[in-house]
Parts: sequence; C-alpha cells; structure tokens
Amino acid sequence: MSTITRRHPLNIHIQGWLLALPAIVLLLAFTHLPGIATIIDSFYATPVGKRPAAFVGLAQYQTLLADPIAWLALRNNLLMALITVPLSIGLALAMALWVAGKIRGRAALRLAFFTPTILPMVAAANIWIFFYTPDYGLLNQIIRVLGFSSHNWLGDPATALPALMAVTVWKEAGFFMVFYLAALQQVPPVLYEAARMENAGRWKVFRRITWPLVMPTTLFVAVNALINAFRVVDQVIAMTGGGPNNATTLLLFYIYQVGFSFWDTGYAAALSAVLLALLGLISLLQFRLMGRNVHYR
Amino acid sequence: MNMIARLTAAASLTVSALGLSAASATEITFYYPVAVGGPITKIVDGYAAEFTKAHPDITIKPVYTGSYQDSLVKAMTAAKAGNAPDVAILLSTDMFTLIDNDMIEPIETLAKSEADQDWLKSFYPAFMENSQSGGHTWGIPFQRSTIVQYWNKDAFKAAGLDPDKAPQSWDEMVDFGKKLTKRDASGAVTQWGLEIPSSGFPYWLFQALTTQNGAILANAEGTKVAYDDPKVVEALQFFADLSQKHDVMPKGIIEWGTTPKDFFEGKTAMIWTTTGNLTNVRTNAKFAFGVAALPKHVRGGSPTGGGNIYIFKTGDKAKAAAALEFARFLTTPERAADWGIATGYVATRPDAWQTEAMKKYVEGFPAAAVARDQLKEAVAELSTHDNQRVTKALNDALQAVLTGTKTAKPALDQAQAEATRILSAYKN
Repeated sequence: MSTITRRHPLNIHIQGWLLALPAIVLLLAFTHLPGIATIIDSFYATPVGKRPAAFVGLAQYQTLLADPIAWLALRNNLLMALITVPLSIGLALAMALWVAGKIRGRAALRLAFFTPTILPMVAAANIWIFFYTPDYGLLNQIIRVLGFSSHNWLGDPATALPALMAVTVWKEAGFFMVFYLAALQQVPPVLYEAARMENAGRWKVFRRITWPLVMPTTLFVAVNALINAFRVVDQVIAMTGGGPNNATTLLLFYIYQVGFSFWDTGYAAALSAVLLALLGLISLLQFRLMGRNVHYR
Repeated sequence: MNMIARLTAAASLTVSALGLSAASATEITFYYPVAVGGPITKIVDGYAAEFTKAHPDITIKPVYTGSYQDSLVKAMTAAKAGNAPDVAILLSTDMFTLIDNDMIEPIETLAKSEADQDWLKSFYPAFMENSQSGGHTWGIPFQRSTIVQYWNKDAFKAAGLDPDKAPQSWDEMVDFGKKLTKRDASGAVTQWGLEIPSSGFPYWLFQALTTQNGAILANAEGTKVAYDDPKVVEALQFFADLSQKHDVMPKGIIEWGTTPKDFFEGKTAMIWTTTGNLTNVRTNAKFAFGVAALPKHVRGGSPTGGGNIYIFKTGDKAKAAAALEFARFLTTPERAADWGIATGYVATRPDAWQTEAMKKYVEGFPAAAVARDQLKEAVAELSTHDNQRVTKALNDALQAVLTGTKTAKPALDQAQAEATRILSAYKN
C-alpha cells in the first residue's frame, strides 16, 4: 500500500474522492440541491397554469408571519417536542434499566418494547385509531369499566394533540431504549461494585453513576427526538387530518397541505425554508454540545 | 423441419407479433380512487378488461390511486411532471382546480359528433352542475352520489316509533333522536339517536343542512361564497345544537370512516352518509334498516357528491380519442346500472334506470331509488376556484363550532373573510 502511494502521490486524493463520490452525489441530488431549490422557490409566487412564477421577494414570508395557522402549527410542534422528548427519553431509560438486569424473559421483554419501532407508522396509527374510537374503542371500554364516561379522544381539540403525542412516545421509546441498552453496557461494573461496598442506595447509584455516564447517549437521543418531533407527519395524516379545527396541525403536515392540497408551492417553499432553518439550528446545537464533550465531572 | 419451413415459421411469428403490437398501439393510463367499501378494484379491472376485448387496439392501464385526495395529488403531480394520466376519476369539485392549472380538455372539443352531443345531454342535470363551467363541459358524471339517511328499524320499534317512517323534518329528527338516545344506569349513552359525520370534509354534510334551510353556498362561477348568510349561521347553530343542546348526537368530531360501523354496531340509530355506502350497509347491517331522503326544513335537498371522469391534456390525439371512447364505454346505460348496483352510487342517467338489470334490482330493493328521487331537490356540491383552501376555511369554522370552541356567527364571519380574501384573485 505504502509503495503505491509513494509512486502515485496524487492517486490517494482521487481514490478518496472516488470513495466519497456515491455519498456526495446522493446527498447533493436528494438533499442539498432540493434544499437550495426550495429556498429559491420561496422568493417566487406560485406558478398557475401557464403563467410563470414571478419574483416576489419576501412576500411569502410576510404571508407566513400573518398566517394564524402557521403560528398554530409551530405552537403545536413546540408542544409536541417539549412533551414527547422528555417523556420518551424517561421511558426509554426506565425500560432499558429494567431489561438490562438479569431477569427472566429478558429477550421477550426487550422484543416487546422494541416492537412499536418496527411497525410502520401508518399501521401503528390505525391500531391507535381503534384504541381511541368513541364508545367501543379499547381505551373507552377500559375507562367505562372504571366508571368514567366515554370520551371522543381524537374529536376533541383539547385531547387530540395529546392523543397523537401518546402514539409518538409509544413509538419512539422502544427505539431509544436500544441506545440506552448499549450505553449501560459501557458503564464499568467496578463503579457499581465500589458503590455497593459504600452501601449507596439505588437512587444514589443511579444519580451519581448511571445518569452521568449515559449522558452522551441522553444528549444524542434528545437531539434526535427533537428533530423527529419536527418531522412528525404520518400519524397526523392517518389519524386526524390536522383536525379538529387545526388542533393537530403540525409544521410538516401544514407544508404538505399547502403544497399538495392547495397547490400553493411558493408558500409551501417558504414554510419549508423555515422548518429547514429550525432543524439546522437544532443540529448546530447538537454539534456544539457534542463538541464540548458532555461527561461526568 | 427444413430450413425454409423454419424461416417461414419464424417470419409468420414475427409478423403476428408485429401485428399484435400494432393493434394494441394505444395504451392509456386510467387513475381511479376508492371512496366506499366493497371490491371496487376488481370491478374496475373487469371493466378495463372488457373494454380492451371490445377495442383490441386500445389497452387500458388502470391505476388505483388511493383516496380522492391522494388521487388528485398523484394526477396533478404527474401532470406537472409532464406525465399526466390520460383519463382519471376525480372529485367533481376538483373541476376549477384542474381548469386553473390548465390540465384537462373540455369534453366537447373531443366529442363533436351529434351522437356525442346527445351523450353529453343524457345525464341527470343535477350531476352536470358540477361538471360544466364557462360554457364548457369538463367532466363526465361517473360515481356520483347524494347524502341519504339510514335508520335502524329495530331500534325504531324498540323506541316505540313507526319502523317504516324516517324523520321528515328537522323537528321530527330531533324528536325521534331524543326517543332513540338510550342511557344506562350511570347516565352514559349506550345508543345515540343520530350521527352526522364531521371529520375530513364536514362542509359536504353541512351543505345538506344549509340547502334545507334555503341557502346556496357558492355561485356557479366559483368566485363567491355565502358563508356568512344568516341562513347558513342558523343551519350551523342547528348542527351544533344536535349534540350540545338536544343531546341526540355524540359531542365533538364524528369520524366519517367509522360512522357506518357505529350504525352496524348499534351505537347510533340513524346516520347520514353517502348513498355510495348503500351496498356496504346492506352487506353489514345485521338488522332491518331503511333508507330515505334527508329531512326537510324550509325545503328538502342534499348536495350531490362524488367523482367525474376527466380527460387530461397530453397533446396526443390518439390517446385523447381513446380516453373519450373509454369514458363513453364507462357511462353506457348498462354499465351505469351495473356500477350503481355494485356500489350504491346513483346511476348517472335516466335511461340506466330503464335497463332490465336495474328494474329488477330496484324491485327487490326499493331503497336503491331513494337517492335518485332526491336528485330533484339536489344542488351542486360546494366548489370554487382554489377549492381546497376555500372549503378548508369553512371546515375549520364548522369544527370549531362543533367542538364548542367558537360560536356560529363569528366563526362563519371569519371563514367568509378568509374565503373572500382567497377568491379576490379570481374576480374579473
């Protein structure tokens, strides 16, 4: 190998570029170019029929600022993120701690927790629609046995979004559990042994050893969960269609609606650009924090 | 076999192969949605095969494209990419959207002969209202419907009502509903009187109420709406009162898709839904049920609904001609009758009801003719330019009122302002 590089000093660069080429081409064609095209489109009006698109500058963004549904979608999305991210992380860690120990039926339990992840979202959403159905849905049958009256979960603006959040948490927690399982195996057992010799309580062991040592995983998972929260769209389409009265309209769903129901592609491009900026900001945050090496003190 | 014989055989094979490919030269793509229960794809594939048998020079490629909404997205995306379907079944209300995007051919530019003109006149006028604009015919009625009421005769009997009589007026509907709503000891409802669905496209069912209250929601040019008409406000108040005041209907949003199931399960004694669900109800209801025209208030009536056949602009004359031929084939009296019997959609032309098959069907199942008889009082389904956005303004208002977050008047005023703003671009 070394003789080859010495004989053809340029070759190594070409080789490197060739190796990276497939990834570069794919990223350019399907991520970067469409992204740039979207930003450019957001400065133009929507072309209708044979009329070409006219340059309108920031008009689409002004529309966006004045659009109550766009703001509602952003608010719903922030709620979605603020509530589902900590919940799925907590649940994931709890499940991981449980199935990491030596218990009977460990493999079956792990599989059970992981199953929601391997189900396609649309299939899962349809199962949950049945859970939420008024009167004879599973959830309502249970609460009726407990003496409460049946509730129209997806048909009430107060409960529709939380109902979707539950599906999201249910779907994501199992996936994040896998990361925590891997992280828990990296914690040196000597630390636990030392703690046991010091007679440390369970909570103290968790707070002083486990939690700090899985911190990098927590951060990684948190950022991913945050990004996922802004990419939620399947369950909205499958379960509520954004209703009732936009109570479950999230950013990505609204973009789809503006782009493919209203065919207002210029405005949809502006909305996409905003979402893109938001996701970019989150990623930036991720790299900043990751770079600072979050670890126990 | 000697060399010459072999060569001849090969040559004749080639010729026949060439002949075949020449005969099936025109291949047209046909997009269609499925919006009601039943083995729809099998029936449509059957029609396509039958057509190719009768016209060996044309091959139909049927493509199932999901719901109406999905189908429009797919057809428009394909058309924008220069790969439009030749013929598609889409909502009759998508007409203005398709015209504004310059995607469809006016039918009469293709269908010029006298027989063609007669063909265009053979459909029920109520169905043509959503198919014509600006002096052109843009769509051919295919799977069209109206809203009808279904009622559970056993439940009526149990409540001491005449099982053969559906409510004739709004007051009667509320009155029947109160008798039909049953509660258990704890006060929880075990059977509702009525369900009018309000998810997805509540404007359509609401339009039945506005029609019955004497209001017309949009002008024929699709440039103006009357959401803030006092009669519309009144109709919405009544819609909301059904659940919030009279307590005969479940509160909140009632899911369109599960309404027939609620009916089969005995969770509700009366439902409003499309006549397209007729065969579905007939197959799945385990009790005696009735079908009737909707109750009257100031007048009777229902909006029409459902899908038309559209011919897309592809620039290929042979394909457009083949598409027209296929549209004609799908709408013959016999096939309109067959399709109506298989699904419950209203056979789209009067002479379809004179066919032997249809006469026999109606004789054994008189409910099948209810939707047809209601056509006399039917109005065009709400449809405007930028249709999805303009109807969404109304949908949002309806859902806000039905869920109790707004009251009728301000909600509709806001919807009107929004719709007027959107439509201002289309006034000449």
